Amino acid sequence: MSGKAQTIEKVREFTDEKYKFGFVTDIETESAPKGLSEDIVRFISAKKDEPEWLLESRLKAYRHWLTMPDPEWQKPNFPPIDYQGSYYYSAPKSVGDGPQSLDEVDPEILKTYEKLGIPLFEQERLSGIPIAVDAVFDSVSVATTFKAKLEESGVIFCPISEAIQRCPELVKKYMGSVVPYTDNKHACLNSAVFTDGSFVYIPKGVKCPMELSTYFRINAENTGQFERTLIIAEEGSYVSYLEGCTAPMRDENQLHAAIVELITMDDAEIKYSTVQNWYPGDAEGKGGIYNFVTKRGLCKGKNSKISWTQVETGSAITWKYPSCILQGDNSVGEFYSIAITNNYQQADTGTKMIHLGKNTTSRIISKGISAGKSDQMYRGLVRMGPKAVGARNYTQCDSLLVGDQCGAHTVPYIETKNKSAVVEHEATTSKINEEQLFYLRQRGIPTEKAIALVVNGFCREVLQQLPMEFAVEAQKLVEISLEGSVG
Amino acid sequence: MLEIKNLHATVGGKEILKGINLTVNAGEVHAIMGPNGSGKSTLSYVISGKDGYEVTEGQILYNGIDLTEMEPEIRAAEGVFLAFQYPVEIPGVPNVTFLKEAVNAVRRHRGEDELDAMQFVKMIKAKTEELGIAKDMLKRAVNVGFSGGEKKRNEILQMAVLNPKLAVLDETDSGLDIDALKIVSDGVNQLRSDERAILVITHYQRLLDHIVPDFVHVLAHGKIQRSGGKELAFELEEKGYAEYGVAAE
Ligand SMILES: Nc1ncnc2c1ncn2[C@@H]1O[C@H](COP(=O)(O)OP(=O)(O)O)[C@@H](O)[C@H]1O
Ligand SMILES: [Mg+2]
Repeated sequence: MSGKAQTIEKVREFTDEKYKFGFVTDIETESAPKGLSEDIVRFISAKKDEPEWLLESRLKAYRHWLTMPDPEWQKPNFPPIDYQGSYYYSAPKSVGDGPQSLDEVDPEILKTYEKLGIPLFEQERLSGIPIAVDAVFDSVSVATTFKAKLEESGVIFCPISEAIQRCPELVKKYMGSVVPYTDNKHACLNSAVFTDGSFVYIPKGVKCPMELSTYFRINAENTGQFERTLIIAEEGSYVSYLEGCTAPMRDENQLHAAIVELITMDDAEIKYSTVQNWYPGDAEGKGGIYNFVTKRGLCKGKNSKISWTQVETGSAITWKYPSCILQGDNSVGEFYSIAITNNYQQADTGTKMIHLGKNTTSRIISKGISAGKSDQMYRGLVRMGPKAVGARNYTQCDSLLVGDQCGAHTVPYIETKNKSAVVEHEATTSKINEEQLFYLRQRGIPTEKAIALVVNGFCREVLQQLPMEFAVEAQKLVEISLEGSVG
Repeated sequence: MLEIKNLHATVGGKEILKGINLTVNAGEVHAIMGPNGSGKSTLSYVISGKDGYEVTEGQILYNGIDLTEMEPEIRAAEGVFLAFQYPVEIPGVPNVTFLKEAVNAVRRHRGEDELDAMQFVKMIKAKTEELGIAKDMLKRAVNVGFSGGEKKRNEILQMAVLNPKLAVLDETDSGLDIDALKIVSDGVNQLRSDERAILVITHYQRLLDHIVPDFVHVLAHGKIQRSGGKELAFELEEKGYAEYGVAAE
């Protein structure tokens, strides 16, 4: 069998399983000692050879974190997190002290990404625009493609640990400017122990010549992943960025607590898409990732735009509210979301649209699908500040229930401090329609496939927001994540 | 092809079919006529296996095999097709996606290779042209915003694409004007063949001017009250269903 045929065979094997990304890559790793302390924070910082200011900011966050109680307002239930029971740094030994060029990457790691279907080679795709990939494996970035090509147009796309060395002034200026370390307990922890993530800088007037993407993979056992992404779009620039996430199937819960900060200057636009497929736990609710993420964008300049699109199908618990602060006049914030929960998965997600500038507009389209014994909460905050004259928001929030043991809840929070602002909110909750399923089955389509079709139709508005290539992937993912939803 | 023996069926605990006997051979077109509420749609749902339609007695033999315990998608894949009285809307799912899923599901069941995008497009293009169906109907979401006539034409398109052995058409004429009726019945007539059995369910005789049946049955009070040739339809048109204890409408 040729190498390629073998790979295809392997991929097929994995596809047959319910969670096809659940395998473990067997490589030697280097980890920090288990648990969390000032020493661990210093260890991580030293590992990355960081400047003093960054170590200081980590320690400040760590000390603050110690004083913060666990949040209790969320809907999902879970036992208190044993912060001392996990590792905060784990990296493949072969990575050594820093990111390497592509031909130096450990073949085992390359194989892993091949299995995952992520191209870690710089090949033009048949279909149009190439995609540049930053691959984050446990606590470190293992490879970034198309770096040189991107730099021709002045775009910086690299691991954040590299950015700290290369352009410390940009990192220092913007990191923590949108999500301060005091924001919430998980963000605070991240500010203390983040290990890697992606950094993107799009200079003035540049339309990024390719799609950028970061692929997060948790591999090591008992390890948390704490990455940070920072994207800065200067005046008149544009970038479309996508992140994907997977992890092995394990019985224990692993914590993923990330921070993503986006900043747009005048007339700039960032389109940020997420396909989150962390291991969801098994059918009995054992294992799975705790996905507790703080994502926020600041539309700092006038006429700028930030658009979040998320497809959340994985994780035992998803807890996140990608948000926009609409500071520049006429700026635009968008949130398009699909959240699918099955078995015992729980999701508490939504968005915050904070309107500060004049004539700012926001649009929220949320599609929640609950199946099995899962439970979902949508929370959306729309705040119209006193100076947000002429601001508008439109929210549409639809929930679909598959079966009768799952739950869906919608909680809109609307705060208006000026009379000219307009807020529109529409919400629906429905059960999957038996007439539709029978119609499809009468045409020969098996029940699970029929459900997937109906759900894909229900989500269409959001799926259309994804870059084409990923929309197709996402549709398949919708189908896979609903498997076993009917008894 | 289809042999229904002493079929009793309940819906929501109420007995609607009370001992139906009916045999339909390949190549034949049978019409089932009956007043509203007589159980015509119930019969079509029982044949196709809709949840909630409980067979309490009797058998539905399809090529000698009893259908009653079979999942609806298996019946469909085995060649049983129902053109719905009220085709269902499926928002967000393009008609063409739906048709492709259906065709390939049926092909998989039969152990045939799935059609790839190119092969499928070629096939569907030929079918829509044969049936005089506008291409834009393929891009639109399944039945969403379709006129009554478009919905019925879409049913016929699905039938043409899936190529069933047994087709049950439930009030395919309802809500159609004369032109639409003509298009739909032309479509059905194109699909008449020696290998196919067709069961046309209707309330009115006028459909049978276009789709001329070999046999006509009158269904009332959950039973076939009378059977005959196509002339029975004319008689019903004149006299109504009064003699079956149903007031004229
Ligand atoms: N889901 C249901 N629950 C209870 N009764 C039903 C249901 N569906 C149909 N019926 C009843 O069954 C009878 C036959 O209905 P149907 O088969 O639709 O008649 P037809 O198609 O001949 O007009 C009617 O009396 C109708 O009220
Ligand atoms: Mg009827």
